[in-house]
Amino acid sequence: MSATFVGMPAFPKAAREALSDTQLRRNLAHATGTIRAKRAAVVGEVDDWEELRLAGAAIKDNVLRHLDEHLLRLEKSLTDRGATVHWARDAAEACEIVASIARQHAVDEVVKVKSMATQEIGLNEALAAQGITAWETDLAELIVQLGDDLPSHILVPAIHRNRAEIREIFRSRMAAAGRPAPDDLSDRPAELAGAARLHLREKFLRARMAVSGANFAVAESGTLVVVESEGNGRMCLTLPEVLVSVVGIEKIVPTWSDLDVFLQLLPRSSTGERMNPYTSTWSGSTEGQEAHVVLLDNGRTRALADEVGRQALRCIRCSACLNVCPVYERTGGHAYGSVYPGPIGAILNPLLRGTGVDEQTDSLPYASSLCGACFDACPVRIDIPEVLVHLRAKVVDAHRSSPKAEAVAMKSASWVLADARRLNWAERGMGLAGRVLNRVGRKVMPGGRRALGRLPWPGSLWSNARDVPAPPVESFRSWWRREGRR
Amino acid sequence: MSAREEILGRVRSALASADRSETPVPRGYRSSVPSGDVVELFAERLVDYRAELTRCTPDTLPEALASALGPSEAVLVPDGFPWAVPGAVPDTGQSAAELDRLDAVVTLAALAIATTGTIVLDHGPGQGRRAVSLVPDRHVCVLRTDQIVPGVPQAVAALSPGHPQTWISGPSATSDIELNRVEGVHGPRTLHVLLVSS
Ligand code: SF4
Repeated sequence: MSATFVGMPAFPKAAREALSDTQLRRNLAHATGTIRAKRAAVVGEVDDWEELRLAGAAIKDNVLRHLDEHLLRLEKSLTDRGATVHWARDAAEACEIVASIARQHAVDEVVKVKSMATQEIGLNEALAAQGITAWETDLAELIVQLGDDLPSHILVPAIHRNRAEIREIFRSRMAAAGRPAPDDLSDRPAELAGAARLHLREKFLRARMAVSGANFAVAESGTLVVVESEGNGRMCLTLPEVLVSVVGIEKIVPTWSDLDVFLQLLPRSSTGERMNPYTSTWSGSTEGQEAHVVLLDNGRTRALADEVGRQALRCIRCSACLNVCPVYERTGGHAYGSVYPGPIGAILNPLLRGTGVDEQTDSLPYASSLCGACFDACPVRIDIPEVLVHLRAKVVDAHRSSPKAEAVAMKSASWVLADARRLNWAERGMGLAGRVLNRVGRKVMPGGRRALGRLPWPGSLWSNARDVPAPPVESFRSWWRREGRR
Repeated sequence: MSAREEILGRVRSALASADRSETPVPRGYRSSVPSGDVVELFAERLVDYRAELTRCTPDTLPEALASALGPSEAVLVPDGFPWAVPGAVPDTGQSAAELDRLDAVVTLAALAIATTGTIVLDHGPGQGRRAVSLVPDRHVCVLRTDQIVPGVPQAVAALSPGHPQTWISGPSATSDIELNRVEGVHGPRTLHVLLVSS
C-alpha cells in the first residue's frame, strides 16, 4: 500500500489515457452530476448565499494579510490549553515530527481521519518506512488504500470505483489488513459499508494514537474543527490517548464567531447537504488526551508571496469546483497527478511547488477551458480562471528559451488569420481536407460532431491534448457566397 | 534557524509588499432568520436526515423514553441526566471496548439548529463525554423546544469554544459507494430525538 503520484505523466498524456476509460467516465459523469444537483438545491435555500461568500473571502483575506500575527496567536492559545505545537517547513519535517511522536509512545500503528494535508505530505508512506502502519478510516480512503490505488476526488476519493469493484477489493484485500470481509458479501452499498464498519471498529477500539487534519483552526481560542460524515473522525479524535493534527498554516480563522460563515458555506458546497452529519471541535488537550498540532508550510508561504495566486490559500477544500468542471468531469482526478485535482489543483500545485520545476506541474495551468464555472461555484470566491491565466504566463516565462507548444500553434494560426486572402486559401484547403477526413471517418466527439485524430506538426502541439473538431466540408465564407445573398 | 522562525520569516517576506489593510466583512447574514415556526422547521429538517423524532410533554417523556429505547438492555446514562432510565448503566469511564458492548446511550443536548436539523452537544451535565454518544449503536437525545435556535450564526454565538463540541445532523452516514447514502458506518445507526414541549 504505497501508491503515490510521484512520476505521473504530464496532464495531456494522463488525460488521454483517462478519456479512453469508459467505465471511469460513466462513474464520474454520474457522480459529479448528482452532487451538482444536490449542491444547487441546498444553496438555493440560502437567501444570503452571496453575502456569505463575500464574508468567507474577506475573513480569509484578512487572515492571510496578517498570517504571522494569527499564527503566533494560534500557537499561544493552543499552548495555553495544553497542546504541544510543532512547526514544519516541508513534508519531510512534518512526517518526521509525527513519526517521532509515535516512537515516543511506542506505537506501531495509527488510525487516520481523512485529511488532505497528510496526503499532501505522503505521511502514510513515510510512517511505513519507519515500521508504523497508518490505517485510513474514511470509507472511501479505505477503498483507495486497500486497492493500492490513488484518490481521485477531494471529497469522495474513490469516486472512480463502482460497487462491483469495491466488493472485489474488500473480498481480496481486507483479510491481509485485519478482519476479513464476510464470505457472502454482496455489492449492496449497505452491506459494503457494514463490512467496513466491522473491519475498522476492531482498529478504532485498540488504537492508541490518531492522526487528523483540521478544516479550521481558530486563532483566538485554539479550537480545531473537523467536519465529516461517517463518525470515523469522531472515533479517531476521541478514543486514542494521543492525537496529532497536521494543519496547513492557511487553515486559520481569527475568532470562534467567524465559524458561523464557514459552517454554512462548507457543507452546502461540498456534499450538498444543509449540514454534514458530524462536526467536532476541541481546543487543546481535552478529556485527558495528549494533543499535538503540527503547523505545516510546505509551499504555502511560496503561494502567499504570489500576489495574484495568494487567494488560492482561501480554499476550504470543499471540492465544488471539481464537480462543476467540464475538464475534471471527463478526465477524472488522477490525470492531475496530485492529491489536489480539478480546478483548485490546477492552480494550487504550481503555487505550492513553483513553476518551471517539473513538466507535470507546469502542464496543470493548461488543464482548463477557462469557462469560469469554478469561480461561480467557489464558496470563498477564488477567481481560479484569473490565477490560471497568471500561472500560464509564469510557465511561459520559465520556459522562455523553448517556446511553449500552444504559442507555436497560435503563431501559425495568427499568420493565417491576419490576412483575408490567406484565410480564404486556408479555408478552401481545410474544406477539401475536411471532406476527405470525414469520409475516412475519425472519432466522433460527444454531441455527434466528428473529430480529427492527432494533427501533424505544428498542429500536433495543439491536438495532442484536445479533440479538434473536423473542419466543415464547406467554409462559412464560401457558403455565404453561394447561398447567403439569395 | 528553527522551523518556527523560518516559517514566520517566510510569511513576513511574502507579505513585505502586500497591502495589509483589512477588508470589511459583511455580517448581514447574522440577523437573517428563517420565516415561520423554528420548532416545525427543526422537526422537518431532522426527519429529512432520517433521524427519528418523538414529540412529547414533560409528563409523557418517561413513556417516550422507554419506547425510544425499545429492546435495549444496557443503556449508558451520563451524570446529570435527570430522568430514570430502564437498564441504566452509569458512566464510570468505560473504555471504548466496554462502551461497544452497550446497546444504547441517552443524552441531553446544549442546543439545536432549525435550518439544518442539527443537535449540538457541548458535553456538559447530562450529555456525557464525547465517546459515549458515539460508540453505542442507538443514541436517544432529549431536547426541549426552547433550546432550538433558528440558524448556524445563532448557534455559534451561543456556544463557547472552551468546551469540546459535537454537532450531529442525523445518524452517521456515507455516500462513498456510487453516492448512495448509507446510514451508520461508524457512529450510531439510529438517532432518536425526543422533543419536549416547554
Ligand atoms: S477552490 Fe473553492 S470550490 Fe474549489 S475546493 Fe477550494 S473552496 Fe472549494
